[in-house]
Amino acid sequence: MGKKFIWVLFVFLFILHQDAWWWDDASPVLGFMPVGLAFHAGFSIACAILGWAAIKYAWPHELERFAEEDNTEEKAN
Amino acid sequence: MTTLIVIVLYLCLLLGLGFFSSRLFRGTSKDYFVASHSIGPFLLLMSVFGTTMTAFALVGSTGKSFERGIGTYGLMASISGLVHAGIFFLIGIRLWAFGKKYGYITQIQFFRARFESDRLGYLLFPILVLLVIPYLLIGIIGAGKTIEPVTAGAFSEIFTNPTAPQWLGGIPPWLTGLVVSMVVLTYVFLGGSRGAAYANTFQTIVFMIMGVVAFVYIIQGLGGLEQAGKVPARINEKGVIVQDYRFDKQARELLKNDPPKPIGKVLDSESSNLTDTQPHLSRTPVAVEFKKKNPKTGEISSFERELGIPFITFVSYFFIPLSVGMFPHLFQHWLTAKSAKAFRLTVIAHPLCIMVVWVPCVLVGAWASGVLPPGIPPPAVLSAMLNLLVGDPVLTGLLTAGVLAAIMSSLDSQFLCLGTIFTNDIVLHRAGSKKYSDKQVILIARVFIVVIVALTYALAMWAKNANVFDLAVWCFSGFSALFPVVFAALYWKRATKQGAFASIMAALVTWVYFFHLSGYGGEMVIGPGIIPAAVCFGAAALAMIIVSLMTKPPSEETLQKFFPPVQKL
Repeated sequence: MGKKFIWVLFVFLFILHQDAWWWDDASPVLGFMPVGLAFHAGFSIACAILGWAAIKYAWPHELERFAEEDNTEEKAN
Repeated sequence: MTTLIVIVLYLCLLLGLGFFSSRLFRGTSKDYFVASHSIGPFLLLMSVFGTTMTAFALVGSTGKSFERGIGTYGLMASISGLVHAGIFFLIGIRLWAFGKKYGYITQIQFFRARFESDRLGYLLFPILVLLVIPYLLIGIIGAGKTIEPVTAGAFSEIFTNPTAPQWLGGIPPWLTGLVVSMVVLTYVFLGGSRGAAYANTFQTIVFMIMGVVAFVYIIQGLGGLEQAGKVPARINEKGVIVQDYRFDKQARELLKNDPPKPIGKVLDSESSNLTDTQPHLSRTPVAVEFKKKNPKTGEISSFERELGIPFITFVSYFFIPLSVGMFPHLFQHWLTAKSAKAFRLTVIAHPLCIMVVWVPCVLVGAWASGVLPPGIPPPAVLSAMLNLLVGDPVLTGLLTAGVLAAIMSSLDSQFLCLGTIFTNDIVLHRAGSKKYSDKQVILIARVFIVVIVALTYALAMWAKNANVFDLAVWCFSGFSALFPVVFAALYWKRATKQGAFASIMAALVTWVYFFHLSGYGGEMVIGPGIIPAAVCFGAAALAMIIVSLMTKPPSEETLQKFFPPVQKL
């Protein structure tokens, strides 16, 4: 799993966000939460999972090293 | 009165925290502006989340759901979970890295270096201030709207000219705004970004806990979760919108209206069968006409409202959360991070924190449609529900303190960031860093913050009836229109100074044009329902691409600095 796969998941989630299929549906989930809201609450959890996957599989190690290396010279410039 | 005492105690506690954090202040300008890059993962999450969630999140989301229903969550919250986290990962960490490497404190310093242009800073500064000010206004307006209803009756002989007759004796918005501004000013003045980070963390915890507690009590007031789901306004077989329930404050219970109380009628809808539907629980667009009573004259008048959300509007709202990429106050929070790893918790937990705060607010707003009069100002819906359903004054005070916490946790960062960019990007940039001592630099920032607080307060009093949600969306639209500048600066080598100028100007001109058309802050869509932010973003992105390709690329030195070889970056 690499950066490209994380991007694919991002685009997939973006498409999933446009849930036209439940637009007119107000059926309750768990007896109280309209399905349109329950779906998007679940979507928020999916975003957190995507964030975790991005950190695990696409973390910018080079950028981290670049920022942490000695930079006295650059700042002086 | 008890409610007011609880709120005042909370504000005193916050001032105490300000004095405590001022003792940790190291006395340097770097500590004042970016907390010496010492903030760890938890404080970073709380301060970033607390900063992005303002009156807009609690007061605005409840009010918008009261107007349009549960689609409010998908419109702003769930898409923000995706886009914000993506921006923290792709933009935030990268900007933090350049900030740490080259010693930047503000966005403008980065843009000046990346686009090799001093003038770009002078163009950006007034635009950033112009766009942050509406964000500040919604905090002060939201605070005023929240406190007046819950303190109604406390000072009946002093405050005799309430916004609505039922709030006679409540603390007027001008006084709430003044006190909130002074409290935030005090702890930002004393502790700088470290003080703001501590205060944000404390206040974010407070508003998240209080939000959940408020939700539980509102559910109890409505007779349980399942019963609450039946409360929202309903459309009957004749197309009349009715309220099936009312809340009896004396008996403290939800009673059935028999017959149901008519509050409006359907004017138009794409859906052919609306009978027995509750429009606030789906996203079907329905044009309705409500009646409202003028609280001062008793005169009955009609007003139209669109319930639900058109699909195209929903999709185009994607552009709004892009704004976080250009928030100057968020840039400053990113730079306080101790390391890149400090971002990890924020990337994962930010969407979950949004869910914890927004889902209850959106549900409360939809439920409120069944028990509150439709003409109530949307920003007052949350406090009206608390006032109606939560009888205990101590609890109401605590819950209101939670709302204030959400508001103040944004105001502090915004005030601080304006002081920071003025001091660094205008004063020090012109005078040179050696002209003033570190203490003088901090003094300049503090004086500018006082001026901005005074200006914001005056503007908030002038625009006191603005819709918090709509004003926030305008502010976000402006920042999202500037997003192509930051994205191109970080990821497109070919982006040039002229491209950046053209992009900023295109964003500014289109935003000002639509803002004017909206009547300066009203809700507005273009054509089939596209929001102006999408058009402003498109114009700015096109200007960046076309002008950059037509002009000379940046120097090799700049490209080496911001696009180092792959093995290094």
